[in-house]
Amino acid sequence: MKNRTFTCIICPNGCDIAVEYDDEGYFRCEGNLCPKGEKYVLNELTAPQRTISSSVVVDGGELPLASVRLNGPVPKDRIFDVMKEIRAIRLKAPVKAGTVLIKNIFGFDSDLIVTRNVEKKA
Amino acid sequence: MDVYRKGAWMMITEHRNVIIIGGGPAGLAAACALYDKGVKDILILEREPRLGGILNQCIHDGFGLSRFGETLSGPEYAGRFIEAVRQRKIDYITECTVINLDNNKCVTAAAQDGLKKYQADAVILTMGCRERPRGGLAIPGDRPSGVFTAGVAQSYMNLHNTMVGKKAVILGSGDIGMIMARRLTLEGAKVEAVFEILPYPSGLPRNIEQCLNDYGIPLYLSHTVTRINGKARLSSVTVSEVGRDMKPIKGTEKEWPCDTLILSVGLIPENELSLQAGVVLDGRTKGAIVDENGMTSVPGIFAAGNVLHVHDLVDFVSLEAEKLAEGVSAYLQDAGEGNQKTCAIDIQTDETIGYTVPQKVSGKKDVTVSFRPKFPSQNRVFEVYQGDRLLTRKTVRKAIPAVMLHIDIPAEKFVSEETVRVVSHEE
Repeated sequence: MKNRTFTCIICPNGCDIAVEYDDEGYFRCEGNLCPKGEKYVLNELTAPQRTISSSVVVDGGELPLASVRLNGPVPKDRIFDVMKEIRAIRLKAPVKAGTVLIKNIFGFDSDLIVTRNVEKKA
Repeated sequence: MDVYRKGAWMMITEHRNVIIIGGGPAGLAAACALYDKGVKDILILEREPRLGGILNQCIHDGFGLSRFGETLSGPEYAGRFIEAVRQRKIDYITECTVINLDNNKCVTAAAQDGLKKYQADAVILTMGCRERPRGGLAIPGDRPSGVFTAGVAQSYMNLHNTMVGKKAVILGSGDIGMIMARRLTLEGAKVEAVFEILPYPSGLPRNIEQCLNDYGIPLYLSHTVTRINGKARLSSVTVSEVGRDMKPIKGTEKEWPCDTLILSVGLIPENELSLQAGVVLDGRTKGAIVDENGMTSVPGIFAAGNVLHVHDLVDFVSLEAEKLAEGVSAYLQDAGEGNQKTCAIDIQTDETIGYTVPQKVSGKKDVTVSFRPKFPSQNRVFEVYQGDRLLTRKTVRKAIPAVMLHIDIPAEKFVSEETVRVVSHEE
């Protein structure tokens, strides 16, 4: 039997979750205020996932950057690969929030989306 | 001479029902809620070129979980409120800095097309907050470049596409500092460590997890920067352990080479205008003393959001600003029920609680009191008394200063005009 504690990152409550588990699939959580906590811990033990936010360069815009984010989590160890993809993108103003820049990044159920409007420079 | 005549001499005072100072999350939410209550003659004055306030540079996600049930970035969260303001055709002026506010609700502002003067029936203060700068800490040492507050670094990187450094040390475990630790790491900088003078973190636990632990950035509690070293550019900081008295312990100094120091050492409500108007501030929050309607000590001047007290979640800023709309509209159409005066019953706290907002109530309405515990504790019982009578209580499994708490007091619970006290003890 193994014991670990986690701080859930799903919402600002940041529950401290104590988990008891073994390699045969036994798994018991304590301290989470909602079921999302249990799912988070299970993910952390098997395949940790994260979302990520950054920005991309915009040419001819009122701002030099448009913020972007993944709308779903990807494996934690692919975060820096995602950053590489993000850095390679260059957009032209105007840019609309919600635009999908990369659909299903690396085949995961996660799109890279623009999160702000950038109008053309006046 | 001509300009003088047109600009100042012949300046016409425009009348407005409500002037909102600041077009960030609080101002936008207050404007929409007021509009929906039937107060349509509203003008938002915003200093920056665009609405949205600080959310524009908060590109990380996690906003809106309680409000919209989904996680949004700052610009998206702001975008929804900006859209709501535009749909309602609420007036706003950007690049317009309010330079004076008097206790008669007369607002003077410097706009792109000159000086403006407004006479408002009610003024809503939603100016947000500022970061505590290096000067506020009095760290000894040199004055090289490379020392930034977290929000300034965030603005450089997220709005202006300018990297701030390659090797960073972060002082203070505030949320923005931790979020910048992650941001810097993602953009290729090395973040050596985060130092916190207190024996516990000042930011949210989830940020310690996802911004520091995820990237192997160590957090040192009870440590602080005691010297800044460098000629033109920062070359290192000296870090010392601090004792229980928060004073550096001699002999524990260690030098950390770095080219960038990020300060995340607290936010202070921006209340210069409030003071001009004679609004009485609370020494604990550094924001106005307000009643349950959000009204300050100056009748007709209201406040909400980070200008009132620094929030950890924007979702609560929006709620607070929306709630204030009720009080503002009651004030504007006063039916002689005492809505023109600030409420009289004080809310006090014991030494375990940092502050409450509001600080005053009428005893006639349901009230939600926001407060922060002064130190971390487990299974803490928070109680509200009036005299010897217990009005309500609430047990919190994990109470930490980083997380603002709320307690509801139903109107019928109030029994007298006596002072209300919020206290806490172990379960």
